[in-house]
Formats: sequence, C-alpha cells, structure tokens
Amino acid sequence: MSTPDTMGDRDTAERQTLSREVVVSNSQGLHARPADLLAREARKWRSRIELVVDAHRVDGKSILDVLTLAAEAGTRVVIEATGPDARDALDALGTLFAKRFNELEEPSNHDGSTGHRHVSRGETPGH
Amino acid sequence: MKFSDFVASDAIRARVEADSKEGVIREMVRALVDAGRITRSDEESIVRAIMKREDLGSTGIGRGVAVPHTKHPGVTRLVGTVAVSPPGIDFESLDGDPVHLFFLLVSPPDRPGDHLRALENISRQLRDDTFCRLLKAAKGPVDIQHLLEEADSQGVAS
Repeated sequence: MSTPDTMGDRDTAERQTLSREVVVSNSQGLHARPADLLAREARKWRSRIELVVDAHRVDGKSILDVLTLAAEAGTRVVIEATGPDARDALDALGTLFAKRFNELEEPSNHDGSTGHRHVSRGETPGH
Repeated sequence: MKFSDFVASDAIRARVEADSKEGVIREMVRALVDAGRITRSDEESIVRAIMKREDLGSTGIGRGVAVPHTKHPGVTRLVGTVAVSPPGIDFESLDGDPVHLFFLLVSPPDRPGDHLRALENISRQLRDDTFCRLLKAAKGPVDIQHLLEEADSQGVAS
C-alpha cells in the first residue's frame, strides 16, 4: 500500500478524487465471484467508486457493471474514489486485487501456464 | 461476444418446471444434453461441478438473474442456455431476491477469456430493465430466441 495516490482536488476533502492503478492478477479474471467481492467492498464506503479500463468506466458498486469490464488476467484497472473516505476505500479495494480476490488457483489439467506472469504484482505504481 | 455465439437455441426453456436451485440446474443441463451440446455421460459430473461452484458463492448476481456455470473438459467451446422461471426460484442470490432468469454456461477449462466475454454480454444486456421484463414475460423459447437476437443486433449497432 505504499503506492502514491494522485490528488484530483486538494482543496475539498469531501470531493477529492483519488485513483490507483491495479492489475487483475488472478488467472480467471474478474468473473462473477471476484466481481461480487469487489462490488460488495465498494458499497461499504461512502465515496463514489468507479473502475476504468481503457475508455470503459463503470460503477464499482454494481456487480453487473463490474462484469461488463470482462477484465482478464493482466488487465490494468484504474480505481477512482471520490468522497470523504476515498483513501481508505482505495486501500481496501487495492488489497482485494493484491490478494487476487482470495482465489485459490485451480489445479489445472493443462500446463498451468495461463496468465501467472503478474502474480507477484497486484499493484502498480500510480500515475 | 453475442448470445448467438454460445446460447444453444434448442436448449432454451421458457418455463422451467423445477422449483429449486439444483432442480433448475439439472433441468438446464438436461436441456443441453437433449440438444446434443453435451454428452449424456458428462451430464452428472457437469451438474455436480456447477453445484460445487455455487457452494463457493451463489451466482445469483441480483436483479432476478443467475449465471450458474462451470468449466468442464467435456466441451471444446463455450456452450450455454437460457431458462425462465415465471414464479422465481430461491437461488440464495446476492440480493436475496428470487431468480427468474437463468443463463447457464459450460466452458472449456482453458478458455477463461470466453467465459468473461459471455458474462460481459449477459451483464451488459441485463442492465436494460426492458430486456429483463420481456424475457420474464416470454411465452415460449421462440420469444426468448427473438429477444436474444434483438439484443445481439442492437449490440452490433451501438
């Protein structure tokens, strides 16, 4: 959690938008269960939470919205939080990505070479 | 990915008879067997795998929708079907509401991306309340098929 956050608006704490870039690092991507965990965690915070992948921006508190990202392993996601608890929200959500949504990587019938390049980096430096 | 890329039209069920979570899953898997999309010898293990996935957390994602699914080596490409329960079924869904619309998916073990793209399509279309309402009101599989085709063609236009 040592990633520097970027301040969107330093003057008004209530309206500050903080963002953090993370990487989807579980091999199955943001499928139904991680999307549920993510939306559930996002709803715990007062801040507005949005997830951005390329030009696609969705409400992080809606599982249907999160699923529309179809974010595969390796996808870079920018989490944006706007509101009084933005920093704590980002920490909590960043942790979910870093912990790969507590997914046990399933024993594969195959060679197990799918998308494990990112496992050691749940988070990337902010921008 | 479009509905027509993975929904087996001859396995669509407009009025499931089942009134339980396992019952509706069995009925949908059986529909895929009867439609020739999965082999009968895989039927039981696919049902068990889907139920095992449900044990990890319900795929009832809210708004009266569930997407029961599993990976299974018995398929070489993503196959799925759609079912409707007019009275609704207790699916232990995330918002606690009964589920009326079911999208069941079976994907090959090595294609997580296809599964995500099917989920993307389903969730994007289901954000449309009219689409959900019309699906629930469908009188038969042909109505559902037409709704899916309409959603597919609008997706191309937008």
